[in-house]
Amino acid sequence: MNELTRAIQETAQKLLQNKEVELVVGFAEGSLPLRNTPCFVRQPEEAQRLVWGYGCENNLANYLRKRPEKVAVVAKGCDSRSIVELIKENQIDRDKLVVIGVPCRGTIDRKKVTRLLAGKELLKAEVRDGQVVLIGKEFGETVPLEQLLYDTCLNCQHPNPVLFDIMMGEPVPVKETECFADVANFETKTPAEKRAYLMQELSRCIRCYACRQACPMCFCEECFVDCSMPQWLSKSSLNVQDNVFFQAVRALHLAGRCVDCGACDRACPMGIDLRTLTRKMVKDVQELFGYTAGVSLDLKPPLAAPINTTSPATFNQDGR
Amino acid sequence: MLLVNKGQFTDWLNQLIQVYQVYAPVKEDDYFCFKKINSGDQVTLNYTNSKVPPKEVLFPRSEKLFCYRYENGGVQLTEQIDESKKIIVGLRPCDAKSFLLLDGVFNSDKYHDPYYLTRRNNTVLVGLGCNQPAATCFCTSLGGGPFATEGLDLLLVDIGDRYVVEVLTDRGRELLSGLELPAADQEAQEAARRVKEGAALSTQVNLEGLKSKLDVIFYDPIWDLIHEKCLGCAACTYTCPTCHCFDIVDEAEGNEGCRIRNWDACMFPLFTLHGSGHNPRPTGKERFRQRVMHKFKYFVDNFNAIACVGCGRCIINCPVNLDIREVLAEIQGSEVRSDKQ
Repeated sequence: MNELTRAIQETAQKLLQNKEVELVVGFAEGSLPLRNTPCFVRQPEEAQRLVWGYGCENNLANYLRKRPEKVAVVAKGCDSRSIVELIKENQIDRDKLVVIGVPCRGTIDRKKVTRLLAGKELLKAEVRDGQVVLIGKEFGETVPLEQLLYDTCLNCQHPNPVLFDIMMGEPVPVKETECFADVANFETKTPAEKRAYLMQELSRCIRCYACRQACPMCFCEECFVDCSMPQWLSKSSLNVQDNVFFQAVRALHLAGRCVDCGACDRACPMGIDLRTLTRKMVKDVQELFGYTAGVSLDLKPPLAAPINTTSPATFNQDGR
Repeated sequence: MLLVNKGQFTDWLNQLIQVYQVYAPVKEDDYFCFKKINSGDQVTLNYTNSKVPPKEVLFPRSEKLFCYRYENGGVQLTEQIDESKKIIVGLRPCDAKSFLLLDGVFNSDKYHDPYYLTRRNNTVLVGLGCNQPAATCFCTSLGGGPFATEGLDLLLVDIGDRYVVEVLTDRGRELLSGLELPAADQEAQEAARRVKEGAALSTQVNLEGLKSKLDVIFYDPIWDLIHEKCLGCAACTYTCPTCHCFDIVDEAEGNEGCRIRNWDACMFPLFTLHGSGHNPRPTGKERFRQRVMHKFKYFVDNFNAIACVGCGRCIINCPVNLDIREVLAEIQGSEVRSDKQ
């Protein structure tokens, strides 16, 4: 990790010094344990603020849309996949972007830490040799890193950036087969049970829209939930059904665009399981269109391609 | 000071439920929220603080103000004032203080909000001191404290198997009538004193001179960068005990509908979007500046108090770790320059 940090700092510094970019978007130390925070660097001497760690959980592609200046971004696998989709959707000008690729070993799920500590407060943490040392007032615990990574990361098929200009360090090993065991349980539910599950989860929704704002692909100029003429859904949270409707439409709007980075799920302050929906949709898109979002600049997004309404059977394996 | 053992306390809650709507911290997922309870057993008082502040009991996320119906050429209105008697049990002193700040907004010289005020006047606040404040707590920087009593009717101090009860108002005393609690003995008082001494806060925020600085930096370039990582969601405002902005909408179908008040957030573009299409706060910069200014300058101008109680929820819940303590430190550390547009 220290080596990656050093490499990122040196690369960022060089890019800024040589005026190849005006801005580097990366991560800095956060203010909470196991937390890194998005960081914007414009001066070469500020590049030392950049770090790499297991708290680099945000998808930085979110900060790259429609930027006027030339930007470099520190991108892990999922960030790079969102960048690919955003380029295809004309939100990012590839010529004005330098991708500093970082092979990612996963990021730590602080909810799992909270659950593990059962009420004890984490004050300090350190990751060493695949172990996480959790330190608080009057306790110290060592836990295998694997146990604390986000489920998204544990399932990730693309930890190495798919698109990059400069690569930091060596690629990390990739899991061999895509596994959707995590949605299997949801799939076996009856429609009524699915609905009950979603209603229960989304009964906690406070409509803060952190999920929408954290998603690099949620960039509609006017989100349908904000539209008042016509008003597609209730602005109030009196009816849970409207929360479900919001998430259902959001998930469907991301079909073929969602890279399953988990940013929405992580952003939710209420800990609502949003990933079951998005992940099920990712699976459906793969099965229906043979398409995995963000892995290639050349593949057309299946739902953005012109649809031949007379013979839908002409879709080929690539979804074209 | 009185004394109640924890088993007896649960029985007391069960008695109160017969007469009042009792709201208390209930575990939900990995966090706690104030819920209306049906039984004292549902309550967990061994918690740091709730995810969503108890302000939602008095100022709900969504509430019907009135409902209407077109009938026989006229309109029939039904006002929806909640007059039920409530108790909030186990709220932290910072959240109790937030009600005093909200009172300023909803009960000012210019405006009395019947919805909030009716609930407020019918609600008794039973606080719980913080034996172990979190690392993100900074209430003492804002004049509060882990055992501050401001705004509370009763304060509970957890001394292990019992609570020392500090009676702060007549309303609090009334609530305890019929319980015949013994006075806290020397030993219990000593235990309470030790608990209070042990509850030190690790975080301080320097607010000295902040207001006069904010008075003159509306156009300062500091705002260009300070908001940059903000995503523009409402995780901070909706979990803030003092944020109180709302939006009023009519939701109607056919001949009838209701006027509903929903929480709103200055971080949303829609918050200030005019009917003309003009938006005076067009980007994250203006919106983030508004949030800081409202809490630390405008509220001070209007109510002579800072609209922050140091609960730390915005720090914990921000999806990008934009930490208000760091924002304030950055403003404090910047050079003061008088506004030039």
